[in-house]
Amino acid sequence: MESSYLHRGFALAVTATIALAACTQPGTSPSAAPSGSAAPVAQRGAGGELKILYWQAPTILNPHQATGTKDNDASRLVLEPLASWDKNGAPLANGLASEIPTVANGGVAKDFTSVTWKLRTGVKWSDGTPFTADDVVASYTYQCDEAAATSTFDVCTGVKSVTAKDPNTAVVTYSASQPFYYQWGVGFNSPILQKAQYANCLGAKAKDCPADLKPIGTGPYKVNTFKPGDTVLYDLNENFRDPNKPFFKTVTFKGGGDAASAARAVFQTGDIDYGWNLQVEASVLKPMAANSTLARLLTAYGSSVERLLVNFSNPDPSLGDKRGEPDTKHPFFSDIHVRRALAMATNRSAVAAQLYGDGLAGKATCNLLTAPEPMNSKNTDSLDVCKFDLNAANKELDDAGWAKGSDGIRAKGGVKLKIVYQTTVNSVRQSTQAILKADWEKVGFSVELKSVPAATFFTNTSPDGANHFWADVEMFTNSGDPDPTSYLSSTASCKQATGKANNWNFGNYMRYCNADYDKIIDQLRTETDTAKRNQLAIQANDILTKDVAVIPLITRVAPTPDGVSKALKGVDPSPWDSAMYNIADWSK
Amino acid sequence: MATTQARFTTAPVKADMLRPPRSLWTDAWYQFRRHKLAMAGLGVLSFLILATLIGPYLWQVRMDALDYSIALEGPSPDHPFGTDNLGRDLFARALWGGRVSIAVGLSAVLIAITLGTLIGALAGYFNRLDNPLMRLTDLFLSLPILPLLLIVIYLFRDPLRAAFGPEVGIFIMIVTVIGVLEWMPVARLVRAQFLSLKQKEFVEAARAIGDPDFAIIWRHILPNTLSPVLVAATIGVGGAILTESTLSFLGLGFPPDVPTWGRLLYDAQNFIEIATYWVFFPGFLIFLTVLSINYIGDGLRDALDPRKT
Repeated sequence: MESSYLHRGFALAVTATIALAACTQPGTSPSAAPSGSAAPVAQRGAGGELKILYWQAPTILNPHQATGTKDNDASRLVLEPLASWDKNGAPLANGLASEIPTVANGGVAKDFTSVTWKLRTGVKWSDGTPFTADDVVASYTYQCDEAAATSTFDVCTGVKSVTAKDPNTAVVTYSASQPFYYQWGVGFNSPILQKAQYANCLGAKAKDCPADLKPIGTGPYKVNTFKPGDTVLYDLNENFRDPNKPFFKTVTFKGGGDAASAARAVFQTGDIDYGWNLQVEASVLKPMAANSTLARLLTAYGSSVERLLVNFSNPDPSLGDKRGEPDTKHPFFSDIHVRRALAMATNRSAVAAQLYGDGLAGKATCNLLTAPEPMNSKNTDSLDVCKFDLNAANKELDDAGWAKGSDGIRAKGGVKLKIVYQTTVNSVRQSTQAILKADWEKVGFSVELKSVPAATFFTNTSPDGANHFWADVEMFTNSGDPDPTSYLSSTASCKQATGKANNWNFGNYMRYCNADYDKIIDQLRTETDTAKRNQLAIQANDILTKDVAVIPLITRVAPTPDGVSKALKGVDPSPWDSAMYNIADWSK
Repeated sequence: MATTQARFTTAPVKADMLRPPRSLWTDAWYQFRRHKLAMAGLGVLSFLILATLIGPYLWQVRMDALDYSIALEGPSPDHPFGTDNLGRDLFARALWGGRVSIAVGLSAVLIAITLGTLIGALAGYFNRLDNPLMRLTDLFLSLPILPLLLIVIYLFRDPLRAAFGPEVGIFIMIVTVIGVLEWMPVARLVRAQFLSLKQKEFVEAARAIGDPDFAIIWRHILPNTLSPVLVAATIGVGGAILTESTLSFLGLGFPPDVPTWGRLLYDAQNFIEIATYWVFFPGFLIFLTVLSINYIGDGLRDALDPRKT
């Protein structure tokens, strides 16, 4: 079913992605040639308007203050990192670096403690001023200052310094041997900001910096108008380094609406050239894409996993200022048996079959870390917490002393198992909620569903948001780098527990804290042997599953099924980087 | 036999003498019954209310029972409205949801009418209060309803949820907000009626015999303003059901598993091509309710208009 569906013009690219992702060790086989296969010979500005639709609207154009993929992607047209991640998880020199440093070419120190990036010469910012290594240093200074509370701070961990050796050479030095030596500088976590523009926005002044709304970049486009929460209009950047690119004169990046109307705009009316993340029920999406003469569906599996997070802090509103802070304890999820029972009563295969078309848009998984393939744990499928078994869940709660009351809700010592389960407003997610709620209530949980508009949900300052997590269970999708260290660390390490102190900018929304887990993450930061690294990543993943900090549900095609106009060429999604990583190569 | 006979012969005389005097309401009812569309509307609405109240007890299928094997099946004797993508029975959901939707409509309008009549009466009767109260009305009229609802939901959802539970709490909030935002037209209508009626001779007569203000308002003027108020109310019910639908449609109303008609529509929108019946039934029910309520309003206006009698 999957293959017949995929064999539609794009089959080669997709199968190549899956096949290569399976056998390529990420981070070790860089491809030096800038951009790849589908890049057509085109004339700068020959195309008219490129219309992109994201049903989550960008709210900020500084990727280091991003609150969601939409912000990363909208800023990527303007701001570039040193290099991008290609679809196999290898670095691609389509950014500010002229080549990918490796141990072989002397760019990476033999002990993995420093990386020397050679920058392209003659690159100009869109305001006409020259780009130099000083900008790289300044960007690092901005991003890696703890006071700036950047959302990309995790890639700074272990970076000792970034210095300018000469105007065209930047050196990234790690404080210890760093096997993931591309950690800082590559991909959507490290776009380079202009030094002059951000001079007054360092440290604590990073908050509400005006430059965040109109950054000056080196990318193929520059911001013309930005209405936060609505639309970004871009013009071609005349100072872009490649005289033949970009193809489009203007780009409209429209935000808002919902996934289903985005799908219709791409497949049925053709109003839109590129529709991102068409997370619609598979039974709706499949015929829509199959019957469309206007657009095609792009799918590739990466590390995107739809997961349930279990709250370890106490979301009780009566706690006032202490509500949901990392040092509070959840009234019943602090009991491992309750978490285990919840996991055992979670029917992920029903969700995969009914809502994700069993492979069309996603497959059931019990791993938080599903890619690269060597790090995809094979141990979890046999775990009891990964098997849907209501009897086992009931028994687990019975044995732990949680007895059913007359209302069918289990309680112990006056504490009732009442769950608020929140996610974004999205019909697939609401159906997922309905499926899970039905089973959870059968084992004695009382479940209240809550749906929050995506714009509010993915805002760190919103009390209804994923970051605050003032609920008991929440559900969304996230994904990681080709190297999982920063992903695993930000998702669940003690230091990354989100809260008031860090303006809810850190990634450990569960406020989970486990010394064993942190130890593995620390080992991952220093281990240089590939096989051992894979093993450590699998161990970390297994801890989260066994300890039921996370209940992984579905590994989703990533970037999630995007609808792309059949006329649009050069779109070649990488599950490891922003969907816009090669937008300079797009043409019609 | 003999007694029956006796009663029979005397009956015509007595009945004629005992005929009750004609009142406003008997007159109105007489007029109303002659308005065919209004009667049809009343019938349909009563049927819908009864069905949603009693229906869930008679139709034994649970509204939240999942059965993937029958997902997305069209209407059939087992499932008159078909099933949704998770195999839930849409008839049971529509019955249950109608309760919420109709209750929201009626309660919200009750609040709106009460508030509107009170403010309109005070403004119309007491000259001192007229200006401040009418400016307050203008202020409320200029409030954009949806953004305001979003803010109120944001501010009060948690406290109300804690006090009354998720469903009742949200019900109170939505009903109050819709009611508080819909009273202005009623207040203006009532004020206008009061302004003209308080100049009338019967009011002056009442004042002359020493009736206090309250009695004049309550016993003499208010009954005469009922006609526009009732009409505004019937139209308001439809508006309130639609506002709740809008909120559900935006995912902001009740928790997502409470199948109000608006929520059913929202869930169905993605499936409009492959399961049209799913969109059709809740949409049709909202349409039917709003339409019949509007006809009732129409009939009431005609019935209460003295020039038409």
